[in-house]
Amino acid sequence: MNPQNANPPAVYEPDAGGGALARRDERWQIRVRGLHKSFPPQHVLRGVDLDIERGRTNIIIGGSGQGKSVLMKHLMGLLKPDAGQIWVDGVDVVPFRDQEMGKLRRKYGMVFQYAALFDSMNVVENIAFPLLERYNLPKSEVMERVRDLLKRLDLENVGGIEQKFPPELSGGQRKRVGLARALIDRPEILLYDEPTTGLDPVATKNVDEMIRRTADDFGVTSVVISHDMASTFRIGDRISMLAGGKIIVSGTPEEVLQSQLPPLREFVEMSGLVGPGGTVNPGTPGSGAPA
Amino acid sequence: MTAPASVDGAPDGNGETRPTIAASLIDAAVTPIRALLTYAGDRTLLLSDALAGLFRKPFRLRLFLEQMDFVGVGSLPIICLVGLFSGAVSAQQAIAALRIFNQERFVGATVGISLAQELAPVFTALMITARAGSGMATELGSMRITEQIDALTTFAVDPVQYLVTPRIVASILMMPVMTMVFNIVGLLGAYGYSIYFEHIDLGQFIEQFTYWTDPKDYIIGATKAAVFGVTLSVAACYQGFHVRGGAKEVGLATTRAVVAGSVSVLVSDYFLIDIFHILWPYQN
Repeated sequence: MNPQNANPPAVYEPDAGGGALARRDERWQIRVRGLHKSFPPQHVLRGVDLDIERGRTNIIIGGSGQGKSVLMKHLMGLLKPDAGQIWVDGVDVVPFRDQEMGKLRRKYGMVFQYAALFDSMNVVENIAFPLLERYNLPKSEVMERVRDLLKRLDLENVGGIEQKFPPELSGGQRKRVGLARALIDRPEILLYDEPTTGLDPVATKNVDEMIRRTADDFGVTSVVISHDMASTFRIGDRISMLAGGKIIVSGTPEEVLQSQLPPLREFVEMSGLVGPGGTVNPGTPGSGAPA
Repeated sequence: MTAPASVDGAPDGNGETRPTIAASLIDAAVTPIRALLTYAGDRTLLLSDALAGLFRKPFRLRLFLEQMDFVGVGSLPIICLVGLFSGAVSAQQAIAALRIFNQERFVGATVGISLAQELAPVFTALMITARAGSGMATELGSMRITEQIDALTTFAVDPVQYLVTPRIVASILMMPVMTMVFNIVGLLGAYGYSIYFEHIDLGQFIEQFTYWTDPKDYIIGATKAAVFGVTLSVAACYQGFHVRGGAKEVGLATTRAVVAGSVSVLVSDYFLIDIFHILWPYQN
């Protein structure tokens, strides 16, 4: 049985058409319509429709190999779709050429799964890199912004952090430095690619708090790719699930928890947030149940 | 109604077999040509992108100097070591051959010309392929699998301009310099062996060398070296830049980079010698 027919998405706005998409929407910052991408012989994305809410933390969940990272690379313009549209603030960016895409990317910051820090640079050089590449700012101003971010991300107390190279940092520190690098040019949209992968539970919770606090403090739109359900319900304002190359459900954490779609139920139950009978386990964030 | 087997595509004997064999033969003939053209085309595109990046802002001088240091200064010890022994071995072989005609005094000229035109550029290219080419492939491959190249793109930095252009330009500039170093050290090796082990007359060695060798020999050698700089760096950068997968694939890409770089040096050497002999024929 096709899971889409089994149960419609909990909250899903039908496509309003190109006219409505082609203007800046106060609620939705990014709107994806009918996105297809193949890496022959695999058809990874099969008509993804997705809305990203402005100024909120949007989580995209899904199993391994479902195309979450491929979808994120499309949002960032690192991949071109075979078909479909990606509207950012009312502009379809799919036809953009390299130069236009370069300008668009200044709106974005991206935190990679393993931080993707440049091995040949120390922490300060890594964080300052986007500023040094894009602008001709005085060194003092660059350093001021770098140190401000180190302070706001609780990195200033790590001894000698400024001169350390990526291999000398712990997993959590690398994520924070990666986030600082993504934030240095004050982006409107922050993309996180599986930010808690490979971290212990304490570090995972710290990264979750960092994402939450970043969204609040900097007022950015966050898009988080994740398969960590506990993290998802802890930090997400809006959750979408990618399965079979499509977004099968999209809504608030409470709405998603109530969904009866089989792939989602399986995902939620396997994570231990909900019992087999559909009862929400105590402590599940977003459930309203006491922790 | 059932369609005839020959129409609906079911195998039914001769009618089906003949086109399949013909198609297979054509495919067998076309596939290597297509692979060769794809190979050359992909690398030419990377080279043209990299060279176009040279004429676009920003110009990052620091990256060029770093790569020149890596390709040139970093390769100096191995070039000197190989140059010294190559010169000595060349002298040994030349003396053995010339002794048949009792003309050992020509050893300086023989080694000088062979080093200038052939041995120095080719050996230098092979050494730099093994040391710097493998380093380029490994570094770019590692950057690819750890998403550092994607990260560059997210900052609106052209990764080819940032990573490949400096490596290719540094190789083009440093290869002739290193070839000259190889020439000098090779001659010292030949000199040392000839004078101290074979007791060739010092005056004869120098006189024959200066009489027979010509600036054009060094111009040919340096030009070849610059071309080898292109072939080896493009081969290395292409392999590293297009790695997909993990650490194993980076290792394989490095191996391919060294093999492709070495083979391209030797193949292009043959054609370059032909071209130079047409443009600049030997004169008695």
